[in-house]
Amino acid sequence: MAQDGIGASTKRREDYRFLKGIGKYTDDINQPNQTYCYFLRSPVAHAKIGKVDLSVAKSAPGVVAIFTAADLEAVGGVPCGWLITGKNAQPMKEPKHPILAAGKVRHVGDPVVAVIAESLNAAKNAADLVSIDYQELPAIIDMRTAQTKGGEPVHTEATDNMCFDWEFGDKAATDAAFAKAAHVTKIDLVNQRLVANAMEPRAAVGVYEIGTDEHTLFTTSQNPHVIRLLMGAFVLSIPEHKLRVVAPDVGGGFGSKIFHYAEEAFVTWAAKKVGRPIKWTAERSESFVSDAHGRDHVTHAELAIDANGKMLALRCDTFANMGAYLSTFAPVVPTWLHGTLLAGQYAYPAIYVNVKAMFTNTVPVDAYRGAGRPEATYIIERIVSKAARELKLDQAEFRRMNFIRKDQFPYQTPVALVYDVGDYEASMQAALKLGDYAGFPARKAASAAKGMMRGIGVCSYIEACGIAPSSLVGALGARAGLYEAATVRVNPTGSVSVMTGSHSHGQGHETTFAQVVASKLGIPAENVNIIHGDTDKIPFGMGTYGSRSLAVGGSAIVGALNKIIDKGKKIAAHLLEASEGDIEFKDGAYTVKGTDKKKTFGEIALTAYVPHKYPIDTVEPGLEETSFYDPKNFTYPAGTYICEVEIDPRTGTTVITSFVAADDFGNIINPMIVEGQVHGGLVQGIGQAMLEGAIYNDKGQLVTGSYMDYCMPRADDVPSFKVVTTVTPCTHNPLGVKGCGEAGAIGSTPAVINAICDALDIDNIEMPATPERVWRAAHAKTMKAAE
Amino acid sequence: MYAFDYVRPASLADAVKALGASEENRPLAGGQTLIPTMKQRLAMPATLIDLAGIAELKGVRRDGNAIVIGAMTTHADVAGNADVKAAIPALAALAGGIGDPHVRNSGTIGGSVANNDPAADYPAAVLALNATIITTTREIPADSYFTGMFKTALQPGELIKAIRFPIGAKAAYSKFEQRASRYALVGVFVAHTGAGVRVAVTGSGAGGVFRSAPLEAALAKGFSVDALKGAVVPSTGLLSDIHGSAEYRASVIPVIAERAVAAAR
Repeated sequence: MAQDGIGASTKRREDYRFLKGIGKYTDDINQPNQTYCYFLRSPVAHAKIGKVDLSVAKSAPGVVAIFTAADLEAVGGVPCGWLITGKNAQPMKEPKHPILAAGKVRHVGDPVVAVIAESLNAAKNAADLVSIDYQELPAIIDMRTAQTKGGEPVHTEATDNMCFDWEFGDKAATDAAFAKAAHVTKIDLVNQRLVANAMEPRAAVGVYEIGTDEHTLFTTSQNPHVIRLLMGAFVLSIPEHKLRVVAPDVGGGFGSKIFHYAEEAFVTWAAKKVGRPIKWTAERSESFVSDAHGRDHVTHAELAIDANGKMLALRCDTFANMGAYLSTFAPVVPTWLHGTLLAGQYAYPAIYVNVKAMFTNTVPVDAYRGAGRPEATYIIERIVSKAARELKLDQAEFRRMNFIRKDQFPYQTPVALVYDVGDYEASMQAALKLGDYAGFPARKAASAAKGMMRGIGVCSYIEACGIAPSSLVGALGARAGLYEAATVRVNPTGSVSVMTGSHSHGQGHETTFAQVVASKLGIPAENVNIIHGDTDKIPFGMGTYGSRSLAVGGSAIVGALNKIIDKGKKIAAHLLEASEGDIEFKDGAYTVKGTDKKKTFGEIALTAYVPHKYPIDTVEPGLEETSFYDPKNFTYPAGTYICEVEIDPRTGTTVITSFVAADDFGNIINPMIVEGQVHGGLVQGIGQAMLEGAIYNDKGQLVTGSYMDYCMPRADDVPSFKVVTTVTPCTHNPLGVKGCGEAGAIGSTPAVINAICDALDIDNIEMPATPERVWRAAHAKTMKAAE
Repeated sequence: MYAFDYVRPASLADAVKALGASEENRPLAGGQTLIPTMKQRLAMPATLIDLAGIAELKGVRRDGNAIVIGAMTTHADVAGNADVKAAIPALAALAGGIGDPHVRNSGTIGGSVANNDPAADYPAAVLALNATIITTTREIPADSYFTGMFKTALQPGELIKAIRFPIGAKAAYSKFEQRASRYALVGVFVAHTGAGVRVAVTGSGAGGVFRSAPLEAALAKGFSVDALKGAVVPSTGLLSDIHGSAEYRASVIPVIAERAVAAAR
C-alpha cells in the first residue's frame, strides 16, 4: 500500500502554515503603490438616496478617488446564478443588484460610496466628510407580512415583494393521502437567520496592468473560476483571458464565500480607473451586514400517517427570505436544494411543497453549510419526532418503521431524486448502541432525582451532495454546469503536481487529494503537491460547496490519473518490449504479466520527458493529463444522530451531556479529517439549535451585529462527540465516496431540539433554545402542574 | 481609529496635570473598553494619558485589616496574588473569572471600576465587600460611588489610585453568563460580616450594579441556602434585552445567589 494513501489518518499538511500563522491570505497580499478602499454603507434599512455631497471629502488628505453609483452606470449588476420558475411558469423576479446602491438603499450595510485613499484611515476620515441625504421609507423586515404590508416595495420589479411562488411535488396525491390519514401531525417552524462568520473576513485586492491590459483579483472565494465567469461576463465585460482570479489561503467559507460580491467587482473595476492596486478588507462588524446570511425560513408542515404508523404524505408551506437582493445561488436554496430533500430517509409516497420567496430590507440570504438540506431535514425530523410523541411511539422505532429498506435501492423518491444506495438501519443501530439509547430511562430518573430534566433526541438525516449532473441542474435553472476539472502533471523526476478546480478553505484537500494520488500511483503522498485557487494555474473548475470536492473534484483527479496510468502503459510496453495488453500497473510499477520484467513509475515519468527510447510515432512525450468529471447523480450521505441533554429548570441552562453521530459517507480517504469535518458541522448545527440567531428590529437594524450579541459556539458549549461511520459505497463515482462537509450541520440541529422538547415534554421550542426560552417552557410546565 | 496624541507620565501628578489640560483627554488604564471603542471610531480622545508608567498605581498590599489594590493592577495579578487569595479568596476568584486570559492580563481593577459597565464583575465585589475607592482627591465609600450605568461619583480629572477592601467577610461571587459576550447576565456577590450581609448584583440592573434588599433581608435571618428559599427579587429596575428579560433575570438572581452562598468561605 502507498505510504499515506487512501484510508490513512494522515496529519493535515496545510496545518503547518495555518497553525503557525504563516498562511497567505488575501489580506496578506500587498502590491506596490497599493491604495485602500473603504465602503460607506447605509445606516438605514430602506431609504431613497437624496443629495450625496462629496465635495469636502474629495479634498481630504490622502484621498485618491471617490465613487458612487453614478460612476458605475456602464457597469452591470451583481448577477444571480440560478433561475427559478414558479407557479404558472412565472420566472422569478430578478431586480438589478447594483455594485453601489443606486437611487435607493435596501438594507443596513448596502454600500453607497466607495472611498479610495492612501491608507485605510485616510479613507475612513474622508468617508466621515461625505454627506448623504437619506429619505427614509418604512422597512420591510418580516417576510410573512411582506406581501401584504403595502407601502414602497423593496424593488419596483416586485410590487408585492415576492421573488417567486414555487411549488413542487404531487399536490393531488398528497391531498388524497391526507384525506385517508388516520392521524395528521402539524407543526410551525422557524429556521432562523444565521450569520456564517468565517474566521477570515472577506477581502479583495484588485490589480490592473496597463502594459498588458490584464486584470487580477485576489479574493476570499470558494470558487475563483465562478467569480471570473460571473464578474468578467456579467458585471465588468472583461474577457476571461484578460482576467485572473486568485483565491489564496481562505479562512473558512461555510457557503458565504461562494457568491460573487459587489466589493470584489468594485476593486477590480476601480483599479483600472485609478491606475493603482486597491485593497479592501472587511472588518467584523462590516461582515455582519455584508456577507450573505443563511437559512431564514418560516414553515408550516403537516404529516399524514395511517393507522399502522406508516407515513403517507408530507406537505409544507415555506416562506424563504431572500433579503434585499438576490445573491448568487439564493433562489436554489429553498427550492431544489430543499424541496427535493423532503423524503428524508422515509418511504412515503406523496410530498407537496410550496415556497414563497420574499424580498425584505435585510442582508441577502444564500447558501450556508447545508443550504436547503438543513431546512428540509429540520422540517422532517422535527415533525417525525412530534408525530411519534403524539402517537406515543418511540421516536427511534417510529423512524425505523418508515425507513427506506436496504433492499429498496436504488430508490425513487416522490421528489425527483433517486437515492443510489444506503443502509439507514445500520447507522441507526450504530447510533443507538453508541448512545446507549436503552439506558436512557435510568439516566433520566437519575437527573430527575437531582431536580434536572433529561431528554433524548434522534435525527435521521439525508442529504444530497456532490452537486451535480450538469444536464439535471441545467433543466432546473442553473446558469452553469457543475462538473469539476483536474490536471495531473507528472514531473520528469516522478513527483506529481495536481491542479484541481476544487478549492480548499480549511477542508484539508491538500492532504486528502494527495492521498488519493499516492494510492492510485503507488508513490508516497509527500511526492504529491495539490495546487488550487488560481485561474491562471488550474483548469476551469467549479469550486467547493455542497460537499462536492472529493465526490466530484476527486473523481476528476481519478480520471486524469487513469489517463496517466494508461499512457504509462504504452511507454512501459515499449521499454519492456511487450504488448500493451500484457502490461499491468500495481504498487507504483509496470510489469509484464507473468514475468519479473518491470519499470517503476519514476522510470516511466523520466522516459516521458527524456524520450530517447520512446514510442514517439504513436505516443506524445510528456506525462500530463486533464480530466473533467460530470457526476451521474447526487451522492446521498445519511446517518442517525442522537443528542442527550440535561436541563436545569431553574435557569434554563441546557447541557448536552452526550452527542452521538453515526454517518454513512461511503468510502473514506482520511478518517481523521472526516471526523474533524463531522465535529465542525455538529458544532455549527448545535450553534443554530442553542446559540446563534441574527435578529433584526422592525426598523431593519441588525441587533446582533457583533460577537457581544451574536453567540458563536465555543468549545465548552459542546460535549466530547462520539462518532462512528457505517459504509455503503457510492455506486456511481470511482472512489465510492459521498462527501462529509455538511452532514454534521444538517443532522445535529433537529437532534438537539428533539432532545430539548423531549426533556421538557413539549411540542416545540423556538431556536436558538436560549436559557430564557427553555426556562419559560419549563416554568410553564411547572405552573401547569401546580394548577 | 482617529489620530490622537499619547503620553505616558511617570507620576500621578503629571497624569492629573495632563488630564486637566483638555476636556478631550482621556486616561488609559488596561484599555479593554476604551481601545475597542476607539477602533470603532466611537471615541475620539485628543490625548491618551497612559497610566501604565506610574509605579504607585500598581500592586497589592495588605494594610492592617484591609487589602489595598492599586488601580493599575491587572485582573491576573489580583487573581494570582497570595495575600488576596488568603485574605479575600472570593475576590481572587472573581478576578480569575473575568473575560479571557488576554483580558485578565491587560484589564485593570481601576479601569473596570471607573468604567462601571453594568455587566462588569468587579463592581459587585466592591459594593458587596463595602470597599473604599481611593482617588487623587478623596476616599469614596462603595455605597455612594456607583451612580448609574457607566456612571460613577468620579469628577472630571479625578483618578482612582487604589481600592481598599476590608478583610473578614465570608464571601463568594457566582456568575451566570450571557452566552454571546460571556459577561455576567446575572452576577451575585454575597458577603457576610459581623455587620451583616451585603448582596450585590451585576449584569442585571438598569442602573448598573445594585444591592438587593430582598436577598439581604432573607440572608440576614441566616446566611444559608435555605434562607433564600422563597426569596423574590422584583423585576422592576432590571435590564431587558435579547439575552434576558427583566422577568427572567429576576427569577435567576436568587438561584445564582444560592450558588454564591453555598460557595462562600
